[in-house]
Amino acid sequence: MNDALWYLARGTGVTSLVLLTVVVALGIANRAGRPAFGLPRFGVAQVHRDASLLAVGFVLVHVISLFFDVYAQLELFDLIVPFGATYRPMWTGLGTLAVDLLIALVGTSLLRHRLGLRAWRVTHWLAYACWPLAFAHALGSGSDAGAWWLRTVAGACLVAVVAAVTWRLSTSARATVLSGDTR
Amino acid sequence: MTRLHVDWTACQGRGHCTELLPELLAPDEWGYPRSTDDTKEPAVPVALLPHARRAVRHCPRLALHLVGP
Ligand code: HEM
Ligand code: SF4
Repeated sequence: MNDALWYLARGTGVTSLVLLTVVVALGIANRAGRPAFGLPRFGVAQVHRDASLLAVGFVLVHVISLFFDVYAQLELFDLIVPFGATYRPMWTGLGTLAVDLLIALVGTSLLRHRLGLRAWRVTHWLAYACWPLAFAHALGSGSDAGAWWLRTVAGACLVAVVAAVTWRLSTSARATVLSGDTR
Repeated sequence: MTRLHVDWTACQGRGHCTELLPELLAPDEWGYPRSTDDTKEPAVPVALLPHARRAVRHCPRLALHLVGP
């Protein structure tokens, strides 16, 4: 039983990183203001939202399965408050922090219309902290930390986010020159 | 009749609304939404209300609003 939890935690952990990568890359890419991957812009935005909800689901299973895993030795406290864990407190804490930010990001986004544009945008920039935290946590925390396949997946995630940033900067630089508009 | 209102100070012509509601909004040459019937605040037929609400939810700038009953 405990082995099953351990497998579940690792599987959902890696899946969460991949999903968060998709969310962040599409969030950034759509800011470039032109259709990506031949999808209409609202489609990219829709996948951005749906993938983020899916990521919340996977992160939840990841956290709950670790909570019941005796080897991870997590207290309820450690799921919300970072850096107090018994086992690898530093790396686990990065994951906890990423979860806190994820909750803030998705919570404020679901209430976007009630929050107003400015407050929502400011909280949404937390994404630029959330993803690197999740990324570092994935590379440093788990039983698979040094495994070649995990490094490959993480490398692909990094490439995806860097590509999205590059694409956005390249188009917005051009738009700025053309219109003097810095959006 | 419910009408669509665009807050022009917020809108940046990102074009999500013209993709989601082509019956009522078409992009001008800069990508800003222009009503297809050339009224300032186009009326939303009941059949299009769900689509209009979706466009409102989607606007990245929260610039699109439904006004009136
Ligand atoms: C229900 C959940 C979410 C909704 C409704 C949502 C909505 C949006 C919208 C509308 C934009 C576009 C802003 C614009 O074009 O001006 C955006 C951008 C973005 N989103 Fe999300 N989002 C959600 C969750 C997340 C999560 C969980 C993350 C990351 C962990 C994330 C990361 C980003 C990033 C990096 C951008 C680009 C921000 C920028 O540079 O301005 N989003 N999101
Ligand atoms: S979706 Fe919003 S910002 Fe984009 S064109 Fe329509 S009203 Fe303007």
